Parts: sequence; C-alpha cells; structure tokens
Amino acid sequence: MSDYAGGFWAAWKLIFTLDPDLYEIIFLSLQVTVSAVIIASIIGLPMGAWLAVNRFKFRRYVIAVLNALMGLPPVVVGLFVYMALSRAGPLGGFGLLFSPAAMIIAQVIIITPLIASISHQTIRDLWAEYHDLLISMNATRAQRIKALLWDGKRALLTATLAGFGRAIGEVGAIMIVGGNIEHATRVLTTAIALETGKGNFAFAMGLGLVLITMAVIVNLLIHIVGKTERASTW
Amino acid sequence: MVSILPLKLIEASAHMRGKKLVGPVNLTLAPTGFTMVIGPNGAGKTTLLRLMHGLQRCSKGQVAWALPAKQARDKQGFVFQSPIMMRRKVIDSLAYPLHLRGVGKTAARERAAECARNFGLSELLESWAPMLSGGEKQKLSLARALITAPEILFLDEPCANLDGRATREIESILRQVQARGTRLVMSTHDMGQAKRLANDVIFMLNGKLHEQADSEKFFNAPVTPEAKAFINGDIVE
Repeated sequence: MSDYAGGFWAAWKLIFTLDPDLYEIIFLSLQVTVSAVIIASIIGLPMGAWLAVNRFKFRRYVIAVLNALMGLPPVVVGLFVYMALSRAGPLGGFGLLFSPAAMIIAQVIIITPLIASISHQTIRDLWAEYHDLLISMNATRAQRIKALLWDGKRALLTATLAGFGRAIGEVGAIMIVGGNIEHATRVLTTAIALETGKGNFAFAMGLGLVLITMAVIVNLLIHIVGKTERASTW
Repeated sequence: MVSILPLKLIEASAHMRGKKLVGPVNLTLAPTGFTMVIGPNGAGKTTLLRLMHGLQRCSKGQVAWALPAKQARDKQGFVFQSPIMMRRKVIDSLAYPLHLRGVGKTAARERAAECARNFGLSELLESWAPMLSGGEKQKLSLARALITAPEILFLDEPCANLDGRATREIESILRQVQARGTRLVMSTHDMGQAKRLANDVIFMLNGKLHEQADSEKFFNAPVTPEAKAFINGDIVE
C-alpha cells in the first residue's frame, strides 16, 4: 500500500516541482507518439477507405491480413526495425538506430494496420449508405474516398485515438530500436520499465500516473477540438 | 449544348444473382415530358429507373443515351425514395455536386444558398442535413439533384413517406422544374399523383413493361385487363 501512496506522492512531486527530466521525457513521448500517429493516419485512413470502396481479387484476404496485423507483436516489430536500421541492415546508412526517428518508424509499423482496419470498418458502413448517391453524382474514385473520409471524420477519430492509445503505451519495440538512452530516446514507458527494474516502484508508479493522465488529457483535447459527442453534430 | 436525350432501352434486362429483375424492356424517352412509372410492389419500377440511370447494370440489351454513358451521367439527377443525407450542413450538401464539377468553394456556396431560397430551405442552411424532417430531407434531395441543372431527373417514389402538405410542395416544385424544360421520370404508388402530374405512363408488371400510353388514354381506356384492374385498385399479380 505504501508503494501506491508513494507513487501518488512521487507523481505529485514530479509534476509540480517542474522536474526538467520528467518534462523532457513527456515531451519526447508526445513527439514520438504524435508523429507516429500523424504518419500512420496519413497512410492508414486512405488505405482503409480505399479498401472499403474498391472491389478486387483477393480483397477479402487483404482485409483479413490487415486485421491480423492489428495484433503485431511490438517486440518482433522492434527486432525487424532494429535489423533494418543497424549498420549491416538495408537502411543502416541513414544512422537512425537509437534515435527518436527509429522509434517513430517502429510505432508507425505497429499502429498503421490498427488505424487502417478500424477506418476500413467505419468507411465500409458509410460507403453502404452513400454508395448510390455518390455513383449517381458521378463522383470519381478519389472524390468518393475524399467525401467518405470527410463525412466520416468524427468516427475516424476513434481510429486515430486507438492508434494513439497503442503507441503511447508501447514499450517493447521502442526499447529495442531506441535503446532507452537518457536525454536522447527515453520516453515514459521505457523510463517506467527501467525504474521498475531498479526496484524504484514509487517513482515508476509516479511516471505511470503521469502517462495515464497525459493519455486522458490528449483524448479529451481531441474530443473537444473534434466537437464529438455534441448534440446536432455527426 | 448537345442533348443526352432521347434515351433508348433496347431489349434491356437487369439480373441479380441469376434472377431476372426487369426485362427485356424496349422503350424510348423523348426529350420532353413527365413520365410516370406505376405498378404493384415488386413490379420493377425502381429497378427500371436505376437501369436507366446506370445504378443497375444492364445485363442484357442496351441502355443508349444520345451521348456516351459517362458524359450522359453528368446531365442526370436521381432522387431516392429514402433520402440519402450526407453528414454535412444543408449548405454544404447542396454545394457538394457543384464541387464535384469543379466549381470553387465560394461560388458553390453562393449558388447553394440561392438554390435553397428557391426551395424554401433558406432558414435551414446551417442545419445538419441528417437532422431535418422527412419532408425537408426530400426537398433537400430534390434541390441537390437539381442544382446542377440536369437534363433529366429520375425520382423514385419521392413522396412515399411524406404527408399531404409535403407531397403538395414537392409536386409544385416538380411542375416548375418541368416547366423549365427538365425531363422527368418518376415512379409512384399514388394514382392521384400520377394523374395530376404525368404526360405519359409506363405500367410495369412482373418486371416487364406491360403497357405504355399517354396519361389520359391510359387512365381512361387502359388496354390490358391488368392495367384496368390496377387503376381500379384491385390486387394485380
């Protein structure tokens, strides 16, 4: 019980004493996660919409694989990205290993299938509703996808938030490709893992509470900016 | 401007999963007039309209416009029985068909506002389209289909879910639209409405064009016993 109380006290102290190390870690966590979510959304949202409006051979199998990739084990992704970015790997020349960029790459690979799959399901339902109208209006394929993404934007927020939730709490892959280097690649989750390993439970719990609070605040902000759950809007 | 009309259906049929829905239909739609498609449930009225508009694939025969089908589609409009409302404000819903044709945002919104005035939707411009009443939704559908000034407008039982007042408003709009030279093709269950609006009538039965005639002739002296029974309100199978 004292660990829990100590955790709250540690969290309180960390936040309100404006601990510079903590704010550096928070900033890097947000930087890595938000960058990954933006990149994954740019790839995943149109991919989901494209899959919803197009009929092609093996479409079912592509969707099944995409759904299966939602459960990609982060450690395995970390391993592949590590091998690709290490000096002997195909992308070794870029010198990205143990940098925030490597962590972003790993997170993008993990969350893109999640965002694409959820957006596919959302857009598929909207496409069933809009199909006749958009065909009747002679909208091109690109115009259809654009209309579906625009009109489904509030529902698609769920897809990006799911991606954010998975990325902000991810530890396995970014530990491998980032290396948890202090003042360079240490983020909240890797710091928690480190402090737990050191037996510093109260501090680890403090960081955990900060992580949870941060995730809730970001979600709330997105809902407020996106004007979701308000009467007379869709 | 080159017209897309007349429209010719030559031995046109529509199938779904091997089952024939409509056809074979031979039919010519002249460049002007108001054609009413009538018939019992399941007769193929909606499928015929969708076939003409291109929403239903023609599995046999031909649906031939005076212009290639892709160009012809831009000069057509379709109003669905259950209005499909985009998740947008009324003004944006109205402006959308113009965006698709490359009209700039400001110009499209100005034209949308003007169109809304003509349809009595001015006060609803900033309302969310899916939140409108049934009558307002159908008026918006009609306005959206007409904002691009189509040469021909297909209407699939547009008044089926409306009360008398809303039906009267829609009919009044349709008369004005016809007076401006738009070719109208509409399906209905309402014989009174068919008599009030139609220049000519297509009577569908079991997926086939059973009878086609001038409106007055059809209602006063139907040729087939089935058409006669249908006009009298009997059950026709």
